Amino acid sequence: MPRVHYLNATYGIRSWLLTTDHKRIALLYLAVVTFFFTLGGIFAAMIRIHLLTPEGALVSPETYNKLFTMHGVAMVFFFLIPSIPAILGNFLIPMMIGAKDVAFPKLNLMSWYIYVLGGCFVLYSFFTGGLDTGWTFYTPLSSIYSNSAVTPAVIGIFINGFSSILTGVNFVVTIHTMRAPGMTWFRLPLFVWSHYATSLIFILGTPVIAITLLLCGVERIFHFGFFNPAMGGDPILFQHLFWFYSHPAVYIMILPAMGVISEIIPTFARRPIFGYSFIAASSIGIAVIGFLVWAHHMFVTGQATYSALAFSFLSYLVAIPSAVKVFNWTATLYKGSISYDTPMLYALGFIGLFTIGGLTGLFLACLGLDIHIHDTYFVIAHFHYIMVGGAIMGYLGGLHFWWPKITGRLYPEFLARIAAIVLFLGFNLTFFPQFILGYLGMPRRYHNYPPEFQVLNVLSSAGASILAIGYLLPMIYFVWSMRYGQVAGPNPWPATGLEWRTASPPPTENFEHTPVVDWETYDFVNRPDLGLATKPAPHLAPSHEDD
Amino acid sequence: MSEHIVSPTVYVIIFAILIVMTATTAAVAFVDLGRFNIVVALVIATFKASLVVLFFMHARYIPGRTQLVIIAGVFWLAIMLSLTLVDYKTRRPESEPAPALSSMTTPAGYFAGS
Amino acid sequence: MHRTGDLFGQYQTLEQQKDSATLGMWLFLVTEVLFFGGMFLTYTINRSTYPIAFAWGSNTLDITLGTVNTAVLILSSLTMAMAVWSAQTDKKRLVTGFLIATLILGCVFLGIKFVEYSQKYEHHLIPGHNFDLSYHTEGPEGAAKLQEAFRQDPGLTAHTQLYVSLYFAMTGLHALHMIVGAGLVFWLILQSMKGRFSRSYNTPVEIIGLYWHFVDIVWIFLYPLLYLIDRHLK
Repeated sequence: MPRVHYLNATYGIRSWLLTTDHKRIALLYLAVVTFFFTLGGIFAAMIRIHLLTPEGALVSPETYNKLFTMHGVAMVFFFLIPSIPAILGNFLIPMMIGAKDVAFPKLNLMSWYIYVLGGCFVLYSFFTGGLDTGWTFYTPLSSIYSNSAVTPAVIGIFINGFSSILTGVNFVVTIHTMRAPGMTWFRLPLFVWSHYATSLIFILGTPVIAITLLLCGVERIFHFGFFNPAMGGDPILFQHLFWFYSHPAVYIMILPAMGVISEIIPTFARRPIFGYSFIAASSIGIAVIGFLVWAHHMFVTGQATYSALAFSFLSYLVAIPSAVKVFNWTATLYKGSISYDTPMLYALGFIGLFTIGGLTGLFLACLGLDIHIHDTYFVIAHFHYIMVGGAIMGYLGGLHFWWPKITGRLYPEFLARIAAIVLFLGFNLTFFPQFILGYLGMPRRYHNYPPEFQVLNVLSSAGASILAIGYLLPMIYFVWSMRYGQVAGPNPWPATGLEWRTASPPPTENFEHTPVVDWETYDFVNRPDLGLATKPAPHLAPSHEDD
Repeated sequence: MSEHIVSPTVYVIIFAILIVMTATTAAVAFVDLGRFNIVVALVIATFKASLVVLFFMHARYIPGRTQLVIIAGVFWLAIMLSLTLVDYKTRRPESEPAPALSSMTTPAGYFAGS
Repeated sequence: MHRTGDLFGQYQTLEQQKDSATLGMWLFLVTEVLFFGGMFLTYTINRSTYPIAFAWGSNTLDITLGTVNTAVLILSSLTMAMAVWSAQTDKKRLVTGFLIATLILGCVFLGIKFVEYSQKYEHHLIPGHNFDLSYHTEGPEGAAKLQEAFRQDPGLTAHTQLYVSLYFAMTGLHALHMIVGAGLVFWLILQSMKGRFSRSYNTPVEIIGLYWHFVDIVWIFLYPLLYLIDRHLK
């Protein structure tokens, strides 16, 4: 381990709270993001305990409404949206492109403070009356009738939005202007491409949720009436404004995880990724097409059939780039030299669970079927397969993959593999029964249910307890590893990115000298320095036909 | 540094055009063009905005990548406005009654064989 | 990251720094386009649903003050652009002069807006506070027009309140952006008085100029949409 690195270069709380080092800012985010994940997880645990019995086992109906709302708000806005971009993106993007830092380091720090400030408002809302409108804040419940602490919550989410926006601007400018010599666009790691696409969504989408929540809050305080039917306003307008952002937001949550998978799979299959340019293009494709589909959340609001048809068709279309990625990852595995380290376990789990989540999205995009399964547990299962089975597995896989780089230490591999398997099993037990429940007609956001649904609900809650263990184990062993973990060295896997060519943990300026790039990404073939035991497959070795 | 310096003469001419167009749009507002009042007003406003973007904000002289940023922003606003309007304009007007439900939607109607 | 002269530590060259700052500001302005855009969407939907009420509400606005304000902002864009030109041609005292002119014009705009808002209060046109549609309808001719409008739209009171709410929301958000802009220009004046800006370093003037022009553009659209609806009918 190097003597001086970014963690010990300067000491004291001020050196952390006033840092402009992107790596330290990433860790500041890690701390707060983990807090919100835990909070959201506690709400989820309470929901699953409550749903053990048909009449509801734990809380009153009003409190139940608050539980699922606060679970959603904490998880969506304060965990899933920041997680990979603000932690792994901030830490890695400058290193992956060979830069010393992002384009606007002080703005980066400000983004973190804005995130914390937004979080404080939302916590204030949670602890002074809670929130019972659903994370979707539909009007006029949120703007007029709800007696919960809506105003501080929308202020908090509004503020948090600017954290996203500034991060997005920072990433786009950094990727455009700060690349090292020789780092052309098509030599960028796919992790960078997916964060570029995510940043496009940050920039184009987040301002709309900002104005939407601002209008909702203004209506609540000043009684303006834009969304109030009694005053001539229109609740459907709120839904259009809300979903214009919130649908692309789900791509904010999944694209970075896809970027992580694109880094893990080549490393643990020891093969260049299949179809690099298609994966890069599909990231941009998802970001763009994802803006055209939002009204599929509103199929039952009285849309004209042809309008609904257009949005349904576009929703099917947006699945294509995602499928391209799944095919390419799978093709990368073919004839690869595969090892099942923990990051790879998460990546493989991602591919399977994301596929199920994505395919069930197509069920929902089908107009006739959506009439029956809209607002049921089918929807909940669908998006949890993507958010948890996809995004969170990507997040954990990424944390494990880059943990040696971030801390200079290895986590305990055997225990980590156990945790990954426990998580995978617990996840499926929690959410697969929910597909069936939804299909059988159990509505979402209900505090009770007919007795014939109890068995499936109990299975789901049992799964949730196993899933919780799967999350707790990494929290424990990651902390343990920071003190007692084996020292990692610069490139333990080994992997091919620029970030692995510098020390673990890296120095504050990332590289001793600015790298000059003259190789392609994921080039396992021409890297004798990686010390790979296996020879590359014959069809991958450089061809000598033209010698 | 390749910096294109726009001359003050250009700025003053653009300013004059903007003022003239402002007076024009105000005057035209008092003329009855029916549905086209809003069209004319928006065309003039877009023209004025374009002048500000191209000359005052130097968009004529910046690299193509930044020009793409501007176009993307406007295009995305157009997406939001147009697709939302598609939904609004295709909905049934409130004065029109909903069509009668087919008898197939209730069990009795379904099994009555109609 | 340390700063050596004008160059911040994460950059290799001043050109890279200026490129980054400019691209960053344009991307931020795109977010502002979408931010205001949400309100323009609300306006569009509401106006197409309640054309009579929107026309009625628009005619309660003072078109003279609105037009003067538009001209004031356009002039302030000219002075801002001239401030950038002065920096690019090393005329340091002119930079300060034009920036001060821009700030003064911005304050004139805000002052006129304050007058307009007070007028709204005097004429009972604040939504929810004794809202009274009969402003501008003195005499039998005015009363007849009001009656005709009510016939076409029975919910005229509520719908005109929607218009006025939107007026306050949109011009209020715009005014907030003007205040931020004024603050930024004030900071620029302080820097400029120390001789900070020159041919080789004028990035802050350029990018704050971009923000200022954007706020002007928002008003260029707000003016006809709010002030000029169906003026020919009055």
